[in-house]
Amino acid sequence: MTVGGLPPDNSPSSLQRVAYEGNRGPGGAVQQAVLDGAPGLGEKAPGPPLILEHATKSFGAVHALVDGNIELHWGETHGLVGENGAGKSTLVKILAGVHMPDSGRLLVNGREMRLDGPAASRAAGIAVIHQEASVFPDLSVAENVFIGREPLRSGRRIDFKTMNEEIAVIVERLGVRLDPRRIAKGLSVADQQIMEIAKALSLNASIIVMDEPTAALSAHEVDRLFEIVELLRREGTAVLFISHRLQEVFDICQRVTVMRDGRHVFTKPLAGLVADDLVQAMVGREVVDRSAGASQQIGDVVLAVEHLSREGVFTDVSFSVHSGEIVVIAGLVGSGRSEVARAIFGIDRRDAGSVSVKGRPLRSGSPTDAIAAGVGFVPEDRRQQGLVMAMAIDRNIALASHDHLKRKGLIWGALERGFAADWASRLRLKYGKLSGNASTLSGGNQQKLVLAKWLGRNPSLLIIDEPTRGIDVATKAEVHRLLERLAAEEGVAILMISSELPEVLRMGNRTLVMREGRLAAEFSHSEVSEERIVAAATGQIHDAPGLVTTDAPGHRAP
Amino acid sequence: MSSQDTALIQASGSPQRLVDTVFRLREYGIIVVLIVFIAVTTGIQPRFLGQQNIKFVLLNATIYALLALGETMVVVSRQMDLSVGSVLGLSAYVSSDLFGQVHGIPIPVVFLVGIGIGLACGVVNGAITAFARVPGLVVTLATLYIIRGVDISIIGGGEVVASSLPAHFSAIGSDSVVGVPYITICVAIIIAIGTYSLRSFRAGRELYAIGSNPEAARLVGIPIARRVFSAYAISGAIAGLAGVIWASFYGTVDSTAGTGYELTVVTAVVVGGVAIFGGRGSAAGAAFGALLLSTIATALYALGVSPFWDPAFDGLLLVLAITLDRGIALRLAEVMRKRTFRHEP
Repeated sequence: MTVGGLPPDNSPSSLQRVAYEGNRGPGGAVQQAVLDGAPGLGEKAPGPPLILEHATKSFGAVHALVDGNIELHWGETHGLVGENGAGKSTLVKILAGVHMPDSGRLLVNGREMRLDGPAASRAAGIAVIHQEASVFPDLSVAENVFIGREPLRSGRRIDFKTMNEEIAVIVERLGVRLDPRRIAKGLSVADQQIMEIAKALSLNASIIVMDEPTAALSAHEVDRLFEIVELLRREGTAVLFISHRLQEVFDICQRVTVMRDGRHVFTKPLAGLVADDLVQAMVGREVVDRSAGASQQIGDVVLAVEHLSREGVFTDVSFSVHSGEIVVIAGLVGSGRSEVARAIFGIDRRDAGSVSVKGRPLRSGSPTDAIAAGVGFVPEDRRQQGLVMAMAIDRNIALASHDHLKRKGLIWGALERGFAADWASRLRLKYGKLSGNASTLSGGNQQKLVLAKWLGRNPSLLIIDEPTRGIDVATKAEVHRLLERLAAEEGVAILMISSELPEVLRMGNRTLVMREGRLAAEFSHSEVSEERIVAAATGQIHDAPGLVTTDAPGHRAP
Repeated sequence: MSSQDTALIQASGSPQRLVDTVFRLREYGIIVVLIVFIAVTTGIQPRFLGQQNIKFVLLNATIYALLALGETMVVVSRQMDLSVGSVLGLSAYVSSDLFGQVHGIPIPVVFLVGIGIGLACGVVNGAITAFARVPGLVVTLATLYIIRGVDISIIGGGEVVASSLPAHFSAIGSDSVVGVPYITICVAIIIAIGTYSLRSFRAGRELYAIGSNPEAARLVGIPIARRVFSAYAISGAIAGLAGVIWASFYGTVDSTAGTGYELTVVTAVVVGGVAIFGGRGSAAGAAFGALLLSTIATALYALGVSPFWDPAFDGLLLVLAITLDRGIALRLAEVMRKRTFRHEP
């Protein structure tokens, strides 16, 4: 495992490596089992398992891939990084057999191949774990793994028994427990990925492609995933690992390929590189990551949350956010962070406690009340919850401001367009036409669009859940600056939820850490560090400064 | 493995069994409702369980249940077939008219003609939906009218009367063993085979997969177009078969035969536990849905309620079924979230 140019004490990776080393015993046994069971497909030709040369792919006038090159080695985890739109996903879909390249050459195990469908890709020994989990919620885990290639018994009937037994064996190899007969509905994202990995193993895939597998995982789940990836790599599998999180690439990969604007920039061993090298190659210019100054003028209390509880979800959460302040809630996915935000905004009802904005108490379960009090809410899933994707950009921006844009009871198109154009230019939104659908924007610009919608109402409090998930590096920095400016210049109180520790460190004037539905710790900008957040979030270290005592009277056990 | 791992794993185990159980209960629940309904009606009007009445309910349900088998295949793949009523009408007329046209035509040939007509209609539906990628709801709404139009133009003002049909043919819809019509037994066997096939063959499971997540189905290389096409073709063929049975059962066939059946069939399918957006449900459940609707229609009559109320009851049942499904889903999500949370590290 290469840690590249990053100081080893700077990240939780050292912790996770300790955990991995401790786990190697069972890992060794697993490795043997997998190798024993591998038939022809797993055979390894002496040359590189996969070479893609000068691949191009256009969709109409859009050149998604101009010069795609990738070369994998046996037993390596190969990072693939690039901003959104760099052509990574197109390259992945070519390897998956979903898209056929317009030109270029693909060699698998030294043989030139045409992957004209997902079945051809599978047959070539390639397993792709797609970005949007390709889960069938109504089918069982076993069926999900074996879909389209179920073992058959007499009369070409599906042999469910063999299918379940095979999964049970694979799942045990991976050191996890997952009932093959349960339907997939309700599986966590992490478990869905384990299911996809089980699929790859059942295929005896020698090449595994993972498209942003960690995007929706908590830190702990990422560790578990990395253990499995490392296990596969040691067995000789070639893994192509795509991630927006450069730290992860340094943690788990040996070599990295950088792409920009559909072109291959370079492929290098990670040893000797630092994160800045990758960032520069990705954006093609230097990005100066300005670290947040501890905040300027903190004003009056805007949001006051007292003893907020929702049964079985979070318990006795109290904190406040001041005007001009950015408060970040960190913690594992599932620790109740997003749920607290939803309860404050009134999407979910609260069972106990109170929420007030600028001294005005909010009713439970009423987003209308929250909006009237000047609260804006940017949800985690902007495609599903933040935007109306099939609606024009200008109408999306105006969506929350209809009462200002009304004249004689009607919404006037001209008012709406003017309003939208104003906010689009203020946020430097990059768009084709304002009348184009929100779906035509890139991820980063979609996020700006959601922000514009709320900023149009001059909110006094902005709640943002995962503001930069899936956004490329340059736009990410822009969103960060925008939020900082909002707080500093407009005095907006910002409550932010983030799983990315560098973002938490950079943005938070104060950082709250949640664990198991309770506030576990609070850190000021000067106190906060990745180690302290991880310790508080996982409950591993109990004497971290800033720790909130949780055994006060009146607290219910979860 | 750390204690956190163990805890995470527990989180994925227990709530899921609950989900499975609840969905299974939802499917069997329809049988409970059916039994309760029959018990209550019989309590008020004992003649409801008379042999003649049972036979009528079963025959009536037989046609809907058969149509529901084809409809289930289409609905689980997140499509809909609204043309089944018109297909039934066309098949019923053309097949029964053959007895007058061709003297002494063997009954199996009549059945093949009816099935063939249905298959042809289904192939058209399927081809437009699957290969031209037009939503099946719209395609079959159009063919509902087109096929009915063809039916009317063939029949004109005429009709096939029962007396023109050979006795052997009419007997199909009336002969029975211990009070159960033969045709009901045959259809029950067909539905059992259909249910088993949907569950046990790749093509069947792939229909569920397509309905459950079409995008994922594309990514794993399921031949979506071919599967959807087949589902429509089979649904059409089944509607054609149902048309022949309809003709033997009712005897008199005019251009209104089967009008409005499509909505009753969709209702039966949903009441029977097939998810309206695909991915879940069984043909057996849909058949029980059809039996329930048919029982209710007859029960209302037996109880002296005006038959004009029948559609209102169907509608009520549909709303109840969908509300129940939705309620179960929401409640379950809530329970699972709380449980998952409790088990987490």
